Amino acid sequence: MGGMRHKHILDMASLSTADIRTILDTAERMKEISRRPIKKVPTLRGRTVVHFFYEPSTRTKSSFDIAAKRLSADSLSFSKATSAVVKGETLLDTVQNIEAMQPDVIVIRHASAGAPHFLTRHCQACVINAGDGMHAHPTQALLDMMTVREKKGRLQGLNILIVGDITHSRVARSNIVGFQKMGARVTVCGPPTMMPIGIEKMGARVAPSLDDAIGGADVIMMLRIQKERQKSFLMPDEREYATVYGLNLDRLQAASPDVVIMHPGPMNRGVEIDPEVADGPFSVILEQVTNGVAVRMALLYLVLGGK
Amino acid sequence: MDLIIRGGRIIDPGHFDGEADLYIKDGKVAALKPGGEEGGDEKTVRVLDARGKIVTPGLIDLHVHLREPGEEYKETIASGCQAAVAGGFAAVCAMPNTHPPNDCAQVTEFILEKASDAGAARVYPVGAISPGLAGNGLAPLHELHAAGAVAFSDDGRPVASSLLMRRALEYAQGTGGPIISHCEDPALSAGGAMNEGQTATQLGLAGIPNAAEAVMVQRDIALAALTGGKLHIAHVSTREAVEAIRIAKAQGLAVTAEATPHHFTLTDEAVRGYDPNTKMSPPLRTAEDRDAVRQGLADGTIDAIASDHAPHSSIEKVAAFDQAANGIIGLETSLALALGLVHAGVISLPRLVELMAVHPAAIIGVACGLQTGMPADITIIDPDSEHTVAAERFRSKSRNTPFDGQDLKGRAVATIVGGRVVFELSA
Repeated sequence: MGGMRHKHILDMASLSTADIRTILDTAERMKEISRRPIKKVPTLRGRTVVHFFYEPSTRTKSSFDIAAKRLSADSLSFSKATSAVVKGETLLDTVQNIEAMQPDVIVIRHASAGAPHFLTRHCQACVINAGDGMHAHPTQALLDMMTVREKKGRLQGLNILIVGDITHSRVARSNIVGFQKMGARVTVCGPPTMMPIGIEKMGARVAPSLDDAIGGADVIMMLRIQKERQKSFLMPDEREYATVYGLNLDRLQAASPDVVIMHPGPMNRGVEIDPEVADGPFSVILEQVTNGVAVRMALLYLVLGGK
Repeated sequence: MDLIIRGGRIIDPGHFDGEADLYIKDGKVAALKPGGEEGGDEKTVRVLDARGKIVTPGLIDLHVHLREPGEEYKETIASGCQAAVAGGFAAVCAMPNTHPPNDCAQVTEFILEKASDAGAARVYPVGAISPGLAGNGLAPLHELHAAGAVAFSDDGRPVASSLLMRRALEYAQGTGGPIISHCEDPALSAGGAMNEGQTATQLGLAGIPNAAEAVMVQRDIALAALTGGKLHIAHVSTREAVEAIRIAKAQGLAVTAEATPHHFTLTDEAVRGYDPNTKMSPPLRTAEDRDAVRQGLADGTIDAIASDHAPHSSIEKVAAFDQAANGIIGLETSLALALGLVHAGVISLPRLVELMAVHPAAIIGVACGLQTGMPADITIIDPDSEHTVAAERFRSKSRNTPFDGQDLKGRAVATIVGGRVVFELSA
């Protein structure tokens, strides 16, 4: 198995199909480690991984933390609340301070699109983007692709339907780019207020009606809807949203018998997805979380030169 | 004679275009004599050789942020005026969004005093429309005008209240100064970091739609029609705004407009890479918009080229894109970028002189020209001088330009204000 020449993982657009295959294949090997009674290998002993989370995150941060620990790297977290950021320190100062501690990898989550790119201009460490604004969330896309490949045995030719607030979703953007690179077709569906201008230029087809789009989908990915969107007039209320864009058992009748249901979490049960669907036989939502650890182990390993 | 500018092509639109010698005495144009006549006397203090160069009335930049008082770490009136003359500008209009803002005579007088001390470019202060630029009252426009303000604007803070804009357009008529409008609907642009469109969608940055500008331009034109007031639209960036202004002019309204070099040169594609030096308000738009702005400059819809020189330090600009401040500096690249339009065949040299000197002067009501007896504000331009932009050598205190390192063609070789040579390009 070949290595990967990328020092940074910034977005799906900068990864080739060969890179993506390498990452997914490596992640499959890594997954086995988490099934052992002693879930630790010495691969990254002596390496330091800094988790720099400028935006609240439980799941992604824990996933990276566990991934680093299972590879024996030393990891520590910098969050907005515990760093000098709240005291008015600029991003550049914070980055330079982290850099001065000589970490090997910086995993960054930031509310500003392009913040990981900013890091690469100002530090030597490998940078992994754990979500930047509305721009990209490549590790989520990779774990989604790993999960789909496990379930379907392939990515080529599949129909992926992404439903929800596309405008504000970095998960949607990274999946639109990533799945298409691997030969899948991506359709997006959501309220027109949450459909960004030019999304079809990214190759996604826009489906006007969820009910019409469900039937042809091999994978349905539901996105989290945020209550605050009401304030900027993007939707009337959650009840109406659930009625028109929520995935419930009724609506699922139209789906293919081997459909796969995904959600990047955290879920709003009863809004974008009903509990019966989230917990039902088609759901792979918890497998996504398990694969998240494997994908992040693979990325830490690969950016540090592993083969 | 105090100064003779010899052998250049003199372009004084509407009056003269051809090779001639220009004589300057006591700060004024003394004579213009075609064809290399020997007209000097032993008392001639200086002769400038302008053969192969263009000699024009001193360029005027209608839209400059000098940052003083209040943000002297970004720019001072002195450094801004030095940057101006180095860029070929004999005069600049200073926008009022300083700290405190220029909303009373004391601030206007302070600006003029500092400008006089600097002894470089002339400064024409722009007074605020509303006290504190807060948008909820009228500033003392007569007091500001009497102190030296030539126009009024809440630039950077669009006037959200249609009623306040109406009253400003009415009330300012007593002073003769235009209202300069930063046309942007704040509700439509709120939270946006760049032009709304497919580039913003791919970059995951919140967008500012063309409509944010277009609805305000349309509103202000309607108010100009209602009031008969003089309206000048700042930094036009969209094709919709260009078209609306074209129609307003055809209807005979007193509407003028300016465009910046970055809006007629760059597009929102420049934002890829998240360089904060491509972030400004209004944002860089699409190629279609850029071409409409160029067309407007060529056909007379847009009257002036203005830089919107907006200095910021690394504190504001070395940051994540959406957190960075809006604005780039322009005084020292504006002329070269405008000459780019000439080299590209979009506008002629005489048209450039109209856009950068004659029309700006007319908009703010000051003299401009090279006829005998006029103030000797003169720019000498080498339109073919090839150079690489080096921001670290700028006279401005700030470095926030997206053009750093670019090869440009044409620049000012000398700037003369009131008969004094205040800038000369070192060989």
